[in-house]
Amino acid sequence: MDIAASDIIFYILAFVIAVSSVLTVTSKKLLHSAVYLLFTLLATAGIYFELNYHFLAAVQISVYIGGILVLLVFSIVLTSKVGEKMDTASVCKAAITALLVILGALFCGYIINTYLPDVKMAPAQQEVDMNTIGNSLLGTGRFEYILPFEAISVLLLACIIGGILIAKNNKKKEGEEE
Amino acid sequence: MFDFKIVTSWIDNLLRVDLGLDNFWTLAIEFILVGVALLAAYALIALVLIYAERKICAFFQCRIGPDRVGKWGLIQVIADMIKILTKEIIPIKRSEKLLFFLAPFFVIIGSFLTFGALPFAKGLHAIDFNIGVLYILAVSSLGVIGIVLAGWSSNNKYSLIGAMRAGAQLISYEISAGLALMTMVVLAGSMQLSTIVESQADGWFIFKGGIFALVAFVIYLIAGHAETNRGPFDLPESESELTAGYHTEYSGIMFGFYYVAEYTNLFIISAIATTMFLGGWMPLHIPGLDGFNQVMDYIPSAVWFFGKCAFCIFLALWVRWSYPRLRIDQLLKLEWKILMPISLINIAAVAVAVTI
Repeated sequence: MDIAASDIIFYILAFVIAVSSVLTVTSKKLLHSAVYLLFTLLATAGIYFELNYHFLAAVQISVYIGGILVLLVFSIVLTSKVGEKMDTASVCKAAITALLVILGALFCGYIINTYLPDVKMAPAQQEVDMNTIGNSLLGTGRFEYILPFEAISVLLLACIIGGILIAKNNKKKEGEEE
Repeated sequence: MFDFKIVTSWIDNLLRVDLGLDNFWTLAIEFILVGVALLAAYALIALVLIYAERKICAFFQCRIGPDRVGKWGLIQVIADMIKILTKEIIPIKRSEKLLFFLAPFFVIIGSFLTFGALPFAKGLHAIDFNIGVLYILAVSSLGVIGIVLAGWSSNNKYSLIGAMRAGAQLISYEISAGLALMTMVVLAGSMQLSTIVESQADGWFIFKGGIFALVAFVIYLIAGHAETNRGPFDLPESESELTAGYHTEYSGIMFGFYYVAEYTNLFIISAIATTMFLGGWMPLHIPGLDGFNQVMDYIPSAVWFFGKCAFCIFLALWVRWSYPRLRIDQLLKLEWKILMPISLINIAAVAVAVTI
């Protein structure tokens, strides 16, 4: 892709990410925050697409938007009403948040300053083949990831069992109350 | 067979060489052309499908259907389109304004992103990702958010119930639809849609894949119908109990967006089923019969694609007008206790079969 065209696309995406992430934390309405977060995540996926890393982009959309954000929206929809607004944070809380934001900004600035020159030197990558990703995800050799993959699958299994247990307990209690 | 690459590379050549534009402007003009073409196709397909649905539904119910405007009522849909475009958009007093107006766009963008990645004919493929199937599964999940937001922001209990039902239904049926598609990915050995179509040149997967492909095809059709909120699975709208479900409060073109998205989603489901199981734009080839194969090659690839899509759409309409609506517990039972175990066993079996 031409440098100018991809630059324009990058600036549009970056603008969307910056504006909607600020709106996510400043919005007074909970569901609005969730929708701004959706825009942030979508634009991030757009940047992955622009970097030609389609696999990560699709995973970003299906995990963050199809999974986590849908769950978030569901829980907000179930617990809040139209017109509800959050309280303004107390001065103490605001001060702590401001401090954390400054620390985070300093940390990010340090990282960018130290490592960005190297990143710019990295050669332009070709699109990563799906087969390569699959093989290195399930391989046992050097720089291959079968162990983390299996560990995460065990963790997920534990989560599923826990979820079922919690759901079953609630059912029993409701039955007893009746 | 006619290759649409000839047309696209001719346009590219015209812009670059004959008009002497630089890379930036060529790309910009091509982006706009592709976008306009896809949008036009999106609207046209929805129009055709609305007419087909009304006619076919009428025949199933021993009626005639629209027949006053134009020959066989052909212009009826266009008249309806003009009517809906001129209708007033009524803002609801106690609704959440921003989300209320944003929600239809999520639904339409979710289906449009999927629509853009479909291979319509040989060489007529807007974007051919290496991860095609994964991309389609990922972006189709955007629609759920639009529906839930619409139901909540309308501030209407029927809308909210409809939205919750739609959410539960879409999230559940996405699983078996995804697993059915993954079965075909295992058979094809690739996620790229063009490669999947190419690998069906010597027989479509529904014939080549044996019992596995057949089971996956049936599961995908059921799950797909459920994902379009139609047929016996129209619980989110169920007009007899929830007025119109999550889009009760919408009017004018805002409602039109949901309406168009519903029909194009029907087309998209059929198109994916066509691509993954029925060979996409690939003509019917029988190994060994060279003369027959050559005759089949003379039929343009777009005719094959849209013909197979029309077949799948007809199946969907047939089911819709033949079966009564399910109850929500029956619906979820069907997915979690029947379809998902079957598709899990199916994908395990096909993996074993392919390795052997």
